[in-house]
Amino acid sequence: MSSPSAEARFRYILRLADTSLILGQRLGEWVGHAPALEEDLGLANIALDLIGQARLLLAYAGEIEGRGRDEDALAFLRDAPEFRNVSLAEQPNCDFGQTIVRQALLDAWQLGLYEALVGSADARLGEIAAKAVKETRYHLRFSAGWLVRLGDGTAESHARVAQGLEALWRFTDELLAPDALDEEMAAAGIAPSPDALRLRWEERIGAVLEEAKLERPAASPYPWHGKRGVHTEHLGHMLGEMQHLPRTFPDAAW
Amino acid sequence: MSDDWPLFEVFIRARSGLEHKHVGSLHAADVRMAIEHARDVYTRRQEGVSIWVVRSSEIVASDPEEAEALFEPARDKVYRHPTFYTIPDEVKNL
Repeated sequence: MSSPSAEARFRYILRLADTSLILGQRLGEWVGHAPALEEDLGLANIALDLIGQARLLLAYAGEIEGRGRDEDALAFLRDAPEFRNVSLAEQPNCDFGQTIVRQALLDAWQLGLYEALVGSADARLGEIAAKAVKETRYHLRFSAGWLVRLGDGTAESHARVAQGLEALWRFTDELLAPDALDEEMAAAGIAPSPDALRLRWEERIGAVLEEAKLERPAASPYPWHGKRGVHTEHLGHMLGEMQHLPRTFPDAAW
Repeated sequence: MSDDWPLFEVFIRARSGLEHKHVGSLHAADVRMAIEHARDVYTRRQEGVSIWVVRSSEIVASDPEEAEALFEPARDKVYRHPTFYTIPDEVKNL
């Protein structure tokens, strides 16, 4: 087994950390705006779980990097091209239906990922995954439940989630298509095998779409490269808001 | 919208072995959503290990008009309280 460099491990863990951080921040935008008080709390709980995962992963990534950057420095003092989240996570909320589609697609992916990472050759990553897997199982229960309700609901709710699925499906290839870094990590036993990850995701999403009476959109060949730092325009706007305070008032505390 | 959703009463068991206690109510479209909402609204701070939900409309309540007939006759039956026994010192937690 080859042993990946610290630099490669840093970049791989940033992908996991940033996906959770950016998705958590996106969900947080719903606070005070969700269709019902109970959903407001539900989305906020998921957002906080994700930000908690991001904190553990970013702290670990900072230690591996060894340049003295802690979780806050990594979250708030990097610019968009240095973020390594998958592009799907940064897509805007749009309506509740599209938010739920994005969430279900990513929950199914994160669940397969964390389940496999529990047995990672990297013990610290395994410990973080063991905590995250329980949270993520609930996230998928929540998002898949809503996707079925809306997809198999009224004509309007069906049309909205179908539209959301159509808009977001093109970003799913990035979750499943491994690049050289994913393959290097899998070969070292740190990351799951890309084939197994794809299979679990296809099974889970296939079952949810069928129950939700939603057509699986045609595959789109367009490659997205969020995990290599090439983002859609949405990330920069989002970071502007997320990072505004710590950049304006460095080391501010309350 | 929650205006269209029926009301559910929520009961939480704080620890194994304890009884479920009424903690409040919430709106949900059905029982599955009610459990999820109860989890998100009432167990965020480790309040419980088990949840019951029941449609509020399914609860049958006593009539406040009948309160006198139902509850006042118990007022002068002090002998129903087990206060006439001497409790041995060895017995704890009674």
